[in-house]
Amino acid sequence: MNIELSEFLIAVAAGMVRSATPVLYATLGEIITERSGILNVGLEGIMLVGAFTGVAITYQTHSVGLGLVAAMIAGLLLGLFHALLAIYFQANQVGVGIAMTIFGTGLSAYLGMDYVGKQINTLGTFKLPLLSDIPVIGPIFFSHDILVYATFILVPLIAFIINRTRLGLTLRAVGEEPRSAAAAGINVELTRYIATACGAALAGLGGAYLSLAYAQGWSENITAGRGWIAVGLVLFASWNPFRALIGAYLFGGAISLQLRLQAAGLDVSPYLLGMLPYVLVILVLSISTARRKNAPSSVPTALGLPYIPQV
Amino acid sequence: MIFGKLLSGRLLYNARQLGVLISKLLIVLSLFFVLPYLQINPANAVAKTTPVLKVGFLYVGPINDWGWTHAQEEGRLYVQNALKDKVETSYVESIYESAEAERVIERMIAQGCKLIFATSYGYLEPVLRVSARHPDVTFMQLSRNGDKKNVGGYFFLNGESLYLAGVAAGRMTKTNILGFVGSHPVPSILQAINAFALGAQSVNPKARVKVVWTNTWIDPATEVEAAKGLIDSGIDILAFDQSDSLPIVKTAEKAGIKIIGCYFDTHEFAPKQWLTGGNLNWGPFYAKTCQQILDHTWKSGFYKCDLANGTVDIAAFGPSVPNAVRKEVLDLKEKIKTGQLVVFAGPLKDAQGKLRMQAGKKPDIEWISKMNFFVPGIDGNLPKMPEN
Repeated sequence: MNIELSEFLIAVAAGMVRSATPVLYATLGEIITERSGILNVGLEGIMLVGAFTGVAITYQTHSVGLGLVAAMIAGLLLGLFHALLAIYFQANQVGVGIAMTIFGTGLSAYLGMDYVGKQINTLGTFKLPLLSDIPVIGPIFFSHDILVYATFILVPLIAFIINRTRLGLTLRAVGEEPRSAAAAGINVELTRYIATACGAALAGLGGAYLSLAYAQGWSENITAGRGWIAVGLVLFASWNPFRALIGAYLFGGAISLQLRLQAAGLDVSPYLLGMLPYVLVILVLSISTARRKNAPSSVPTALGLPYIPQV
Repeated sequence: MIFGKLLSGRLLYNARQLGVLISKLLIVLSLFFVLPYLQINPANAVAKTTPVLKVGFLYVGPINDWGWTHAQEEGRLYVQNALKDKVETSYVESIYESAEAERVIERMIAQGCKLIFATSYGYLEPVLRVSARHPDVTFMQLSRNGDKKNVGGYFFLNGESLYLAGVAAGRMTKTNILGFVGSHPVPSILQAINAFALGAQSVNPKARVKVVWTNTWIDPATEVEAAKGLIDSGIDILAFDQSDSLPIVKTAEKAGIKIIGCYFDTHEFAPKQWLTGGNLNWGPFYAKTCQQILDHTWKSGFYKCDLANGTVDIAAFGPSVPNAVRKEVLDLKEKIKTGQLVVFAGPLKDAQGKLRMQAGKKPDIEWISKMNFFVPGIDGNLPKMPEN
């Protein structure tokens, strides 16, 4: 392989990791939420509110760390609100999610008007010592910022918690058979409240990554549909964090590849290249779901259904 | 205790109905946050004692984008200030170029607007549909000639300012590779890219321009990734043509790459790396159009906005631009203003070597508004477009 090509591929891969990170956070969050049986399609709105809150708090306090925490708290609060409507009021979860998207879009745009163009501290690049010196792997994975590195830990951690711990068992039981779980002494509602809040907090963090690390400032509708992509990726990932990582990297890789192919002067229509990320997601989604037709479904059985305790 | 009952849903027996009610309430509530953006915001409402001309502005992005719509909004404020109580201006922001635009225009007309500025390329189709139903309302369509009795067009020669920026870039590049992040491959954007390349080549024949399309007017993350892709490929000066500015400007500043603005002067966001850029000043042209409508002298046509009438201008120079380059650029600006220098004057060949403009001929805005080619020295892809 000549040097130019390998440099090109490394740049594509580094761009892939960057572009995938915000979507990955939202996808991981949604996996936790959906494993508990709550469907939250309002990720787009939650990401937007997270992105805005991150900028606003960072601007007020000059601390990116506080901005990120605030973004998570904002997401958490929206998640709790969603859970309240979905669990206590047993509202249609898709309806609530869409309302949440409209609400989040409007709220962030309205409050964010004063924050457009404000100079803020942003999340700086932090090359991991030693690791970033490894050829190929270093520049691709270890020359970003801490939020990127956090996903490397978060993905196996969430997978471990869901599959190997008592907490994960509780979560899955609530999402699969809430009544049996309740009979076994699990507080179904509380578990779902916590799962939805945690999931939304991660989505908020994904939004803050867009505004604090990527675009380095707030602009209206900064997510540009990434929340919806995350909702789709959960299906693709069949509720598995590792597959979510693959899905998010596919999406991010396609974005990064198409832009860099253009920069490299490849003779393909930019419209076709621009479609690439979305076509890939649709394609992989249909292939991966078609193949498992006869295999046991991985959809949490109680997903989206209101839990009505026997009184 | 109450909290526990609340959590377990046992407080109310018929919780479901209440939940549905609350969801509906939530949707209605959230509409309150969205509606301000869809509704017309009357600026300086005037008592209806004298007949005022109501003017509606349709924006594709938010008014505070530090770019395209920002410049439009400054133009509207200029009109309101200059014509005071003779006009009542209003705007609607963030309207996609779709059937949504048609509904919004209808609503503007229902609220009494007699003149509507459609300030984005893709509004022409909705404008034509609405204008057929309302012959008493005048429409001005950006970048394209409506060519109807009540639909005119106006085209801004951003190429003139980008040509000048190109001269500065051509003088200052060390790698001789310039980058350009383009939004959509439409004529008004192509003229900017082509003029930028021609300007750079006029002083530096070795300069080449690499183009990456994002296929979106605004998507900060994609814009940043496109800019990073170009930076990785060895450019040392970056220009762009997106509706917003800050994501790309800040990315360049951070990466230590010289940056050229597009529609709005954002030099304060790149104190080290800013070179210059386009700076649009719509106010005088919009005010003139309003005055023509008030005087009943307006005629449909395709109006030109350029350096000479002040709509197009260049932004402030950054600290790294040497005095000699500043002087050269300002001299050329005067030459373009007086017509001694014409961007795209013949002979002009496209990247494939086809002669697009005969020697000795000069382009008119009809010609520029149908531009569908790259000039030589541009590395990028152009989707096939209808021939002139």
